[in-house]
Amino acid sequence: MYTDLNLKTIEPAELVNTARTLKGEGYRMVQICATKIPDAYELTYSFDKDHELYNYRVIVPEGTEIESITDSYFAAFVYENEMKDLFGIKINHIALDFQGNFFITNEPTPWKGKKAEEE
Amino acid sequence: MAKQTIIPFGPQHPVLPEPVHLDLVLEDETVVQAIPSIGFVHRGLEKLVEKKEYTELMYVTERICGICAFGHNWGYCHAIELLMKVDVPERAEYLRTLWHELSRVHSHLLWLGLLADAFGFESLFNHCWRLRESVLDLFEKTTGGRVIFSVNKIGGVHRDISPEVLTEMATVVAGMRKEVNELINVFVNDTSVKNRLVGVGVVTKEEAEDLCAVGPTARGSGVVTDIRLTGNGVYDKIGFEPIIEEAGDCYARTLVRCRELIQSMDMVIEICETIPEGEIAVPVKGKPEGEFFARLEQPRGEAFYYVKGNGTKNLERMRVRTPTNINIPFLVKSLEGCSLADVPVIVICIDPCISCTER
Amino acid sequence: MSYVTKSPWVIHYDGSSCNGCDIEVLACLTPMYDAERFGIINTGNPKHADLFLVTGGVNEQNKNVVKQIYEQMPEPKVVVAIGICACSGGIFAECYNILGGVDQVIPVDVYVPGCAARPESIIDGIVQGLGVLAEKRAAMGSAPAAKTEE
Repeated sequence: MYTDLNLKTIEPAELVNTARTLKGEGYRMVQICATKIPDAYELTYSFDKDHELYNYRVIVPEGTEIESITDSYFAAFVYENEMKDLFGIKINHIALDFQGNFFITNEPTPWKGKKAEEE
Repeated sequence: MAKQTIIPFGPQHPVLPEPVHLDLVLEDETVVQAIPSIGFVHRGLEKLVEKKEYTELMYVTERICGICAFGHNWGYCHAIELLMKVDVPERAEYLRTLWHELSRVHSHLLWLGLLADAFGFESLFNHCWRLRESVLDLFEKTTGGRVIFSVNKIGGVHRDISPEVLTEMATVVAGMRKEVNELINVFVNDTSVKNRLVGVGVVTKEEAEDLCAVGPTARGSGVVTDIRLTGNGVYDKIGFEPIIEEAGDCYARTLVRCRELIQSMDMVIEICETIPEGEIAVPVKGKPEGEFFARLEQPRGEAFYYVKGNGTKNLERMRVRTPTNINIPFLVKSLEGCSLADVPVIVICIDPCISCTER
Repeated sequence: MSYVTKSPWVIHYDGSSCNGCDIEVLACLTPMYDAERFGIINTGNPKHADLFLVTGGVNEQNKNVVKQIYEQMPEPKVVVAIGICACSGGIFAECYNILGGVDQVIPVDVYVPGCAARPESIIDGIVQGLGVLAEKRAAMGSAPAAKTEE
């Protein structure tokens, strides 16, 4: 864990199936992290099995919609709502969808590509 | 079928020290569904990476939460150190583990107090918090702060602890251990306490795994998950074993924390006695570049840190995933089917730390 | 009955604090500092309270909660902002979701700085707040409408 990132890049379309397979093999979902990169979002899905960390990276171009993994991992609703509210990433079929009311912020989607707007 | 009623719980509620809001859907007195809403404490501190240098972020991460302040600080340091390939001296690792375990003692005592308060045992609450003050005195003596210490730095720690103070610390903790045992006796054996905890909010091992729960909350349901096993700090040198209980009710979660309390105190005493001599920090050069993850076992469970640097003094992204964040689904699940009067106890039993959760 | 001194009841709300100050507020009430010996009681009901202790800054979501609690309290009332975040926003002032100190939303009478504010200074702040409370009561005269509390 401490030398290797265990990072694998997958396509957005593979996401739901990957999550389903991992769930079947007994992995625990650790977290989902979104990072804003130029014209896209970089999502990192982290899973844990026997105290080893495995990371899956998905690059989501701006404006693209992705599917929720809440049918495999119900707990993902926390992160998916967070990404939706703070980053403005469009995620479909979240099991518990707060419709943008999970985090109410002064400015909507504060993490969303500010740089692009300024240019 | 009875009529459904929705009762709002929080954000300002006598049992909650922090604001969280739950919409409880009730049929008569039974909760059929709980819908959480958070965001009352959301500050957006992760975005401060754009305005503060990576060394200044030390002070920000500490203030993610005032209860596990040291742990958050350590977790962030750990991630940066892994990223920059800094070899932290052994004595610094011992000192960090020492402060972290003391934080666990204070956090668990605090929690036991809040639990006692939740089921209306005021004097027990006061006793827990009285004992907790001795830990805070130790913090003040060794770091200068009661809540926020600022002793970590990237590459080690700022302050050393002298051998005399270490000896004194071991004596104080050993004395506390006796009193804590008396307190635990009440939590474990008192009938009125058991009446409120046994069989309340049961979550099975399968359900806990399914909901990705972490920390004492998950360990109370028999899930073996403890990041202290992965080799950070000096846990492998002081013979650490995770504490697991099988029953999955509020009583089991209390037992886990009671036993961890004693275990942490033993670890503190052991560290005070076996800490090696040496440097407490190494100089760090350069700027962080690339990305790395770090995990740490906080009093409430696994915390996750992600840092991404671009070779400048400002990080590109810093992400903290705190234990309560992932225990919220567990909370929602354990509330289903309970009676309204048990809601405060069940909520307290995941040891919610809302300001961590919302950052 | 105006010669009877009052036992001040406080209500505490955590704005967007990091917990540090909240825990210190609670610590004030526990045996080590024992603010209850002055008759100070922490109540959960705004309508029972004389002093409003706020920790942490305010944001979009909790500003209405803070306002609501303040409005529910009977006159005379005193607001004590505890910790640097409640005073000015503190280290989080630059965050996108912080409006600033509590005084952005409700009038504050006493500011207690510190990160985290120490129990000694919190008790100091409450005692100063009591002075303000007495002044406010005197200023209100004996207007009976204000004496809604028992």
